[in-house]
Amino acid sequence: MATFYILLLFIIIAAIIAVETQNLLSAVICVGAIGFGASLMFLFLRAPDIAITQIVVEVLGLIILIRACISRERTFISGPREFFGVVVSLVIVFTIFLVGIKILETLPDFGTPIFAEAPEAASRTYTAEGLQKTGAANLVASVILDFRAYDTLGEATVLFTSIIGATVILRKKTKKLLEDPDE
Amino acid sequence: MKGMTIIVKTISSWVKVLIFLFGIYIILFGHLTPGGGFAGGVILASSYVLLMLAFGRKFAEENLSLPVASKLDCVGALLFAAVALVGLFYGAASFFWNFIHQEYLVGTDYEFNLVSAGTIPLSNIAIGLKVGASLFLVILVLSIFRPDMSGNEKE
Repeated sequence: MATFYILLLFIIIAAIIAVETQNLLSAVICVGAIGFGASLMFLFLRAPDIAITQIVVEVLGLIILIRACISRERTFISGPREFFGVVVSLVIVFTIFLVGIKILETLPDFGTPIFAEAPEAASRTYTAEGLQKTGAANLVASVILDFRAYDTLGEATVLFTSIIGATVILRKKTKKLLEDPDE
Repeated sequence: MKGMTIIVKTISSWVKVLIFLFGIYIILFGHLTPGGGFAGGVILASSYVLLMLAFGRKFAEENLSLPVASKLDCVGALLFAAVALVGLFYGAASFFWNFIHQEYLVGTDYEFNLVSAGTIPLSNIAIGLKVGASLFLVILVLSIFRPDMSGNEKE
């Protein structure tokens, strides 16, 4: 458990630096550090599927953000903070904190999932009969692509729609540039 | 953007093949080992992003142009929907019915082979194609779009 607390401390420090620093590039690198910490936590929680996805998406997002960051002319944030924004975010964070304490009390203990106590839970079927019903040795794959494939379809649709939207919005200027690449 | 120095170009021309191969491995073995369509697709996209960063945007565009990437994106999405729809018209007739496994492979000793799990590898391949093409597409579009933005700001 000590590993988790060290990683949590690391993530919290990185998040505070990302908010407080005035250099845009340092903020982006701190966001990357948060992602890598989260990936390590998934690895220690024995969820290698999510750890792989997290680290890969983090690397790609970091590349995009750093490229967008160093091509800007102004990379420093200056001036005082906006008073209204600070108050609103503090109120929201405090509300989430209060609600979170209430909700975290109802969760089962760490390491004992809730389906270990409920005999009728669907997760029991997945872990007990997943291999015979789908034939996939990786139970995560059998859940996300067979038992709960509707979720994956929704996720794929969200990604497809957002990419189509981004491409259509940026297309007009892109076409102009593609025809005249020396510009 | 003309690309980086010759050291970066030489190393990335070797490494890009390994990254691409690793992405294909993650996709194809998604039903046996950790990984799957989404992670493998992002690795495929990142190999092209490495190409784009090291050699410049034009070189990456010659390898995988914008229309081809958008067509690959649509083909992946259609393939995933088709895998789901075939189950609707086959056998027990329900959406996302794992028809290959349930009709032909159930009860056999295929469980830990590469060819097992019915439609799950097919869905993994479709999702990997879709995610890889679409992420490369959005990075390409963003990197093309950026110079025009700075031009507008100067005006």
